[in-house]
Amino acid sequence: MTTDLSAPLTGAAASARDLVKIYGKDETEVRALDRVTIDLHVREFTAIMGPSGSGKSTLMHCLAALDTPTSGEAIVGGTTLGGLKDKELTTLRREQIGFVFQAFNLVPTLTAEENITLPLALAGRKPDPEWFDLVVDAVGLRDRLTHKPSEMSGGQQQRAACARALVSKPSIVFADEPTGNLDSTSGAEVLGFLRRSVDEFGQTIVMVSHDPVAASYADRVVFLADGKIVDELRNPDRDSILDAMARLTPAVG
Amino acid sequence: MFRLTLRNLFARKVRLLMSTLAIVLGIGFLSGVLTFSTGLNSTFDSIIKGSTPDAVARPAGTDPSQQFGIGNASVLKPADVDRLAELPEVEQADGSVEGFGMYLLDVDGKLVGGGGAPTFGFNYTDTPNLRDEPILELVSGDWPTGNDEIVIDTGAAEKAGYEVGDDVTVIAPSGDSLENVRTTLTLAGTAEFNGGGTAGATLLIFSTEGAQHFFLEGRDVFTSASLTAAPGVTQPQLAGAAADVLPDGYEAVEGDVAAEEQESAIAEFTDVITQFLMAFAVIAILVGGFIIANTFNILVAQRVRELALLRALGASAKQVRRSVIVEATMMGLIGATIGILLGLGLARGLAALFSAFGLDIAGSSLVLTTSTVVSAYVVGLGVTLVSAYLPARRASRTSPIAAMREDAGAPVEGSLRRRGVIGGLVALVGAALAVFGLMEPPGPDAAWIGAAAVLWVLTAAALSPVLGHPVLLACRRIFGTLFGTTGRLAAENTLRNPRRTGATASALMIGLAVVSAVGTLAASMNRTVDAQVEDQFAADFLVQSANFQTFPTTVGDDMAEVDGVGVLTRDQFSPALVGDEPTFLLGVDPAYREVYDIDLVAGTDELTADQQAVITRDAASENGVWIGDTLELAFPGDQSTEVEVVGVFEPTPVLAGINVPLDLLTQMGIKRTDTSLSINVAEGADPATVQADLEKLVQDLPIVTVYDKVGFADSLKEQINLLLYLIYGLLALAIVIAVIGIVNTLSLSVIERTREVGLLRAVGLSRPRLRRMVTLESVTISVMGALLGMAVGLLVGVLLRQSLSDDLTELALPLQNLLIFLGISVLFGVIAAVIPAVRASRMKVLEAIATE
Repeated sequence: MTTDLSAPLTGAAASARDLVKIYGKDETEVRALDRVTIDLHVREFTAIMGPSGSGKSTLMHCLAALDTPTSGEAIVGGTTLGGLKDKELTTLRREQIGFVFQAFNLVPTLTAEENITLPLALAGRKPDPEWFDLVVDAVGLRDRLTHKPSEMSGGQQQRAACARALVSKPSIVFADEPTGNLDSTSGAEVLGFLRRSVDEFGQTIVMVSHDPVAASYADRVVFLADGKIVDELRNPDRDSILDAMARLTPAVG
Repeated sequence: MFRLTLRNLFARKVRLLMSTLAIVLGIGFLSGVLTFSTGLNSTFDSIIKGSTPDAVARPAGTDPSQQFGIGNASVLKPADVDRLAELPEVEQADGSVEGFGMYLLDVDGKLVGGGGAPTFGFNYTDTPNLRDEPILELVSGDWPTGNDEIVIDTGAAEKAGYEVGDDVTVIAPSGDSLENVRTTLTLAGTAEFNGGGTAGATLLIFSTEGAQHFFLEGRDVFTSASLTAAPGVTQPQLAGAAADVLPDGYEAVEGDVAAEEQESAIAEFTDVITQFLMAFAVIAILVGGFIIANTFNILVAQRVRELALLRALGASAKQVRRSVIVEATMMGLIGATIGILLGLGLARGLAALFSAFGLDIAGSSLVLTTSTVVSAYVVGLGVTLVSAYLPARRASRTSPIAAMREDAGAPVEGSLRRRGVIGGLVALVGAALAVFGLMEPPGPDAAWIGAAAVLWVLTAAALSPVLGHPVLLACRRIFGTLFGTTGRLAAENTLRNPRRTGATASALMIGLAVVSAVGTLAASMNRTVDAQVEDQFAADFLVQSANFQTFPTTVGDDMAEVDGVGVLTRDQFSPALVGDEPTFLLGVDPAYREVYDIDLVAGTDELTADQQAVITRDAASENGVWIGDTLELAFPGDQSTEVEVVGVFEPTPVLAGINVPLDLLTQMGIKRTDTSLSINVAEGADPATVQADLEKLVQDLPIVTVYDKVGFADSLKEQINLLLYLIYGLLALAIVIAVIGIVNTLSLSVIERTREVGLLRAVGLSRPRLRRMVTLESVTISVMGALLGMAVGLLVGVLLRQSLSDDLTELALPLQNLLIFLGISVLFGVIAAVIPAVRASRMKVLEAIATE
């Protein structure tokens, strides 16, 4: 990877400025994001936590160019998303952003290898073979490359999704509950890989999760409640996260 | 449960709309055809019933199926008619004069009704019909008097642009040379049959004096008589009494019998039209059935979890099954209802189409009858229910536990292997039928091939997931190369559910199978025409009228005088009974040998005396005669004779089975007119000049045309191609239904794959490329359907041609047309994808991913 690992942690891979997202109108109006401002730092593993309905997924979708905010700015890799046309957003997603979803990450008709290289194929580019090998070996899918998703376990599917997110060398990877459907062993493998991709490849990762164990892999945990950032932890462990969540509960409840 | 079903129906209204459309179109076609054929029959029925008197006295031995266009010399004298009138059973007896060979020209000198509908010339009498109503009703002006006035039917007056008082030009059969073959008469009035309409026929109505002048050389005689019964006298009594006083050679026939004879003669022609149209209705409904079955399959597959949840909540398998069936019933009812209404419009469209061919159906006769409505509902509901039954059964088998599982997808379907084995066996049965059909089976060979074709089409539909696989793989390679990942994904999508792809493609396959089979037959027919004309058009020129109408002998007389004409021979078709079998025999000039090149088997081709015949090998074996044997021939008017067989030859389309000298026809009282003339140019004469001179001679006589070899072949091929285009036009409906099927499947597939579409968009597939992906998927399906259909259609077409090889001696494959069809199929694929593609590209990415 081109990133110089010794370089200081400067700048944001993605930022939100006064992001507001309102669903519905009038009486049914739901304020999913309420003036959220945050910088997601380069080569950092950030976890966004919060109870259901706290706006954590909405925040991620707005930052990942999957959804448009009602007001405020979302910036990815120095590009302000507001005002971009669908075509430009598509290109941005393809080139700058990697995705790992909770489920249904892979196109069922394609093999693992085709799925991993899909964003590159869509961009009409060939994968860098060395980088491809490095990523595939890191996720441990060397012997599964010719398999279709239906022939792979849930953990393998998620790891393939991680590989796909990394192979195009994006500015930032968004992971939405990537371990939500996995047993703890498979989940640990996926999280371990995400951690390594930050430590070894200098990747920037943002993960939405409500699992304290998953969040404990992150460098930084941001807590959301009612569409606002309410707390933040650095270098967290499971217990400190549980404490923070416990502190949060009265505010929610 | 019922309310839930209703909810389901409305919740999925858009999806169901499209499959309902398939029923609507199929049933629309069916009810349109039924309404049209009912109208067709009732039009003729009211004309025949409205124009037949209580009884008719006519030449004996007249078979109404043969009567058209043939005059004969038998006549009734005024004294004969008077004797009839004096009978106590007879209220009124009117001498009738009917004649043929007269045609109406419009204000521009063009033939009226030249397309095909006949022209009838007769005298006006006030004989009432069976129902005691006047046969003819005057619409304007007066009835004709003398021999310079005419009344024509209102339809013809409108078409020709004549008004009462105008000069009307007709081609008269009595002209003694071509110069005065045209006659100008004054239009005294216009009239109509009491039943209304003439079905496109042209009526030329004269005074008795006028009709006698034109048709009977001015003699005061009649061709037949119409009888009206005295009060209280029944038809049999009337006919019986009349028979006693009629001269020899005449018979008295009850009105009911005469009407029935005419109706059954007409039915031979209307039944062909009805069956022809019905075949397309069946195809349309079959295709519609495929689409409904497929739609229900997909809907049920998508609702597996919902249905399983119902099961878990305590709904019985039967209730689930019933809910799907009720849904189908509603669809069938709604579809059939709209279809019936659409059918009314379609019947009018068919009527307009057929009026272009000269067959006018009264608009007022195109009404829905109870039986049409009932048939439409029965077929509509039946097809929908049969199509929905299997999916319903599968739905009811969903285990409640499936609802709990995260990955509850389509229910696991049985392997394709069993289907393959059964399908293979059915295909073999079809092959056995086809082989049998090509040998010497009982019944028509083509029927066996047809049965095989039906089995093959159904097998191909059932096996399309397997048979179409190579096509899909080829598309994957081609589209992958041309369009990269987008193309690859599109082809992969069609491969992921081979049954669905197969079922969708099958609808198109059926349409294209018929198109290709018909195309093969038409191409073979065209080539056969070329070959036969090349082989048998021995004359330099052939003079014929459109549709084999006869024309005055003066044409031949004058043409024989044209400079450069070497040999001129004439033919005339005549009805006759051979033994008891009605047949058409051909009267020929003894000089026919100089023009026709026949393949003699035995005897001689020379006719030296009137009582001689040359016959085909087929006619010889049918009648059990050979050289030196005699054949008994009976002609209208109770004339009969014996002829000696002097020659036997191989069948040829230029001659009939039995051919006798023209003089024999004259002897038998057949009025001489010509069916065709064959002309050879004299040595040294320039054919082009001769042709120009011949054409100039008949330029005022639009009923006859001078053909050379190429022109004759073209005129035949033109008719074949006209029929072909008509068939293609009717098949277009089946193809439209098939396209709806593709729209349906794709829309449902796109909805089903919402999350996948979302994923693709998220990782960088742009909207235009997403649309292209759906389009390519659609094209893949349509190409697969087209190729399978063409393969089956070609096979069936080739075999049908083989089974008809007696008539279709040449085989030709419509390869160029097939390429066009493939192109059209690709186009249809693109069109079918428009709605689903736009729909897919409008999906919000976020919503798509979030969809559970």
